[in-house]
Amino acid sequence: MNLKALFASLLCGALFGSGLVVSGMTDPLKVQGFLDITGNWQPALMWVMGGAVMVTAICFPWVLKRQQPVLTYRFHLPGVAPVDRRLLIGSGLFGIGWGLSGYCPGPALVTAATNTAEAMIFIPAMLAGFWVAGKFCGECQPKVTGTD
Amino acid sequence: MSDFFDAYALTGGLLIGLSATLLLLLNGRIAGISGICANLLSFSFSGKNIRGAVFLLAMIVAGGITDQLMGDAVAAPRESFPVWLLALSGFLVGVGTRLANGCTSGHGVCGLGRRSWRSLMATLCFMTTGILTVLVLRIAGVLV
Repeated sequence: MNLKALFASLLCGALFGSGLVVSGMTDPLKVQGFLDITGNWQPALMWVMGGAVMVTAICFPWVLKRQQPVLTYRFHLPGVAPVDRRLLIGSGLFGIGWGLSGYCPGPALVTAATNTAEAMIFIPAMLAGFWVAGKFCGECQPKVTGTD
Repeated sequence: MSDFFDAYALTGGLLIGLSATLLLLLNGRIAGISGICANLLSFSFSGKNIRGAVFLLAMIVAGGITDQLMGDAVAAPRESFPVWLLALSGFLVGVGTRLANGCTSGHGVCGLGRRSWRSLMATLCFMTTGILTVLVLRIAGVLV
């Protein structure tokens, strides 16, 4: 067991969870408020995404210049695959679910600590969705055409 | 202008970006919550899954602690939201993110950072259907 990598996961998970709460993204009304462009639009999600993507866009290319990560043997990156029906239908369905409640997977899991009444319904339903998609669509993985 | 700029949101976003960067730099992994979570359903106790479970548990616990520390600065838990909508929403989020191999974190935060074309298309797609769905909720009177 790679204890250093385990500790790194602990640290990154804690940073991620704190970031979600500080950003306000664990408040589903704020998320729906962002998507509500014809109503009372709330910009918070734009700042969250903007801040997060600014960091990853600057740092990821720099990190990926390395031969390998600091604590493990290799980078695990999704290969290059074409934009296919599976990607578009999946993202489309995800967006519908996201809009209906204001939860995407990260904030939904954090509700286990902040809004257990909603977590008890949403999380099992999401896990069921993972399972169903894995069971019936596991074969149709995107065709990887190269690596990056 | 004061309603437009949100320092909490920007700070939280920077923390999320930092977390994703550190996970890639240290462990070589993409911080995609739907993927990490769905992989746990295989119930295999691989190093990858143990680290994934630790990541998610730390995320939930730190989220709960931060929520307590912030007190009134965070919104009170939503109440009396229709259960059937929550259940339908959760199921669609589960199926959709698995088919698309990613959610707001994997495609949005990490994929856009890697300048992945698939992630950009996925992000545009879920933003569009999310906006349309909220529009329908508003017309139906679920959102007030």
